[in-house]
Amino acid sequence: MLDDFFVRALLAAVGVALFAGPLGCFVVWRRMAYFGDTMAHSALLGVGLGFLLGIDMIVGVVSVAFAVALLLVALQRTGLTATDTLLGILSHSALSLGLILVSLMAWLRLDLMGFLFGDVLAVTAAQVGLIWAGGAVCLAGLALIWRPLLALTVSEDLARAEGVPSLRHRLAFMLLMAAVIAIAMKVVGILLITSLLIIPAAAARGLARTPEQMAVIAAATGAVAAAGGLLASLHLDTPAGPSIVVAALVLYGLSLAASPLARA
Amino acid sequence: MSGARTLVTATGLGIRRAGRWLVHDIDLQVAAGEIVTLIGPNGGGKTTVVRALLGLLAPDAGTVRLADGVRVGYVPQKLQIDRVLPLTVARLMTMTGHHKRAAVRAALARTGVEELAERPVQYLSGGEFQRVLLARALLRAPDLLILDEPVQGVDYSGEADLYELIAHIRDDEGCGILLVSHDLHVVMAATDRVVCLNQHVCCTGAPREVARHAEYRRLFGPRAVEAYALYEHHHDHAHDLHGHTLPLDGSGHSHDHPHPNSHGHGHDHDHGHDHDHGGRRHAG
Repeated sequence: MLDDFFVRALLAAVGVALFAGPLGCFVVWRRMAYFGDTMAHSALLGVGLGFLLGIDMIVGVVSVAFAVALLLVALQRTGLTATDTLLGILSHSALSLGLILVSLMAWLRLDLMGFLFGDVLAVTAAQVGLIWAGGAVCLAGLALIWRPLLALTVSEDLARAEGVPSLRHRLAFMLLMAAVIAIAMKVVGILLITSLLIIPAAAARGLARTPEQMAVIAAATGAVAAAGGLLASLHLDTPAGPSIVVAALVLYGLSLAASPLARA
Repeated sequence: MSGARTLVTATGLGIRRAGRWLVHDIDLQVAAGEIVTLIGPNGGGKTTVVRALLGLLAPDAGTVRLADGVRVGYVPQKLQIDRVLPLTVARLMTMTGHHKRAAVRAALARTGVEELAERPVQYLSGGEFQRVLLARALLRAPDLLILDEPVQGVDYSGEADLYELIAHIRDDEGCGILLVSHDLHVVMAATDRVVCLNQHVCCTGAPREVARHAEYRRLFGPRAVEAYALYEHHHDHAHDLHGHTLPLDGSGHSHDHPHPNSHGHGHDHDHGHDHDHGGRRHAG
């Protein structure tokens, strides 16, 4: 079954979506969409550094994305530059540095478009295995910090006053973000990763009454978008990654129409 | 309340920001079973002190010490929960700890909002939300309750009810309560000890003593003193009208309370009489 390129692509995309949905809920709740985008845009730099230093690509991407997140938090503390400005600076600088680094390593002949927009139809059986194994580990990690992270999201002060440590949970969350970027890169590409995090979560909001419901609905929505987008791309001969994103957008629209909570 | 366990102690507490002391030389204690009210003008540093007591701010001077094993329940001044986060009251209750459904219901019933359990928190009125937060704090079975402006967004009659509820909680649970308030008269009558804060502790003592204190008059003006007396009068009146015992009276702690009723119905409540009887009841 895994011999078929389409089945592999389907498994890869659905696997990523199942993990990205619940994590994306926190991205939405904590208003970190552009934070995630900035981390994702640094992924190419991670790929380049990975090749340069001869380390595993996944390790390179996770390390660089995590480092950028820490740098962002550190720069926020100076208070001299607004957060949206910082996000813009780091996001575009990291992407530019990555593009330059990759272009300097001419011998690599990387498929740049594949990194930027995804190349899910070329996913190997080993990569599918990595996505599911990595996704399962990350999902377990998210389950572990779910309650404290949610408490900190509702009210940092209240949670801390009741003994929930803040720093370690925020770091763990950033690490999970870095991991999902490394895993999802193959499916939708680094420029579109954030959409896989936030669109299913946003679609789930109108249908959920509790945070946990929203996480489950987001995972399901993402999986449906992944499958639907891939099928559409097969029939319409459209690029796979963007098709998944557009499928998610359609589901978001439907959810707004169906939601009892949405008001005009 | 001598002999009662001291729950939290601040000694010489100071918090400094941008080269300026927000608060300094704060000495403050809350013991089990007492209600201490922190009053002071806006910007006087009440919330800063509370945040330091909760361990949310590290002291720049002095120390804050929580007695061993003291569980703290906290009701923050402001809690805005965005609509992007779906959250029912019941789920908010179990945010930092696992609690049985029945326990959640019981805590909500305690503050009179049991029927709100399945409602989204974003659609509660100010008073409902404060009661939910209070129930949430109670669910932890706290030894020390810290309430920062608990009547914010609550209408005037709801205010009195809420303070009555807080006094009940103290009586039933025996926990120590630290209340923060910028409004004076209502809160003071339900309090054992008032700490008046304006960057430093201006004055402290029984409500009646503090109300007479020069520093207090300077901070809040003579009208605040009148307002306090006026409130006492109203309180007596309500008691007579309805004929049932108001919570502070039957609590078994009456020797500790400067409760207006205990001054006897024979008095007319002008300021002169208040003076005569002011500190008398506060040996304990």
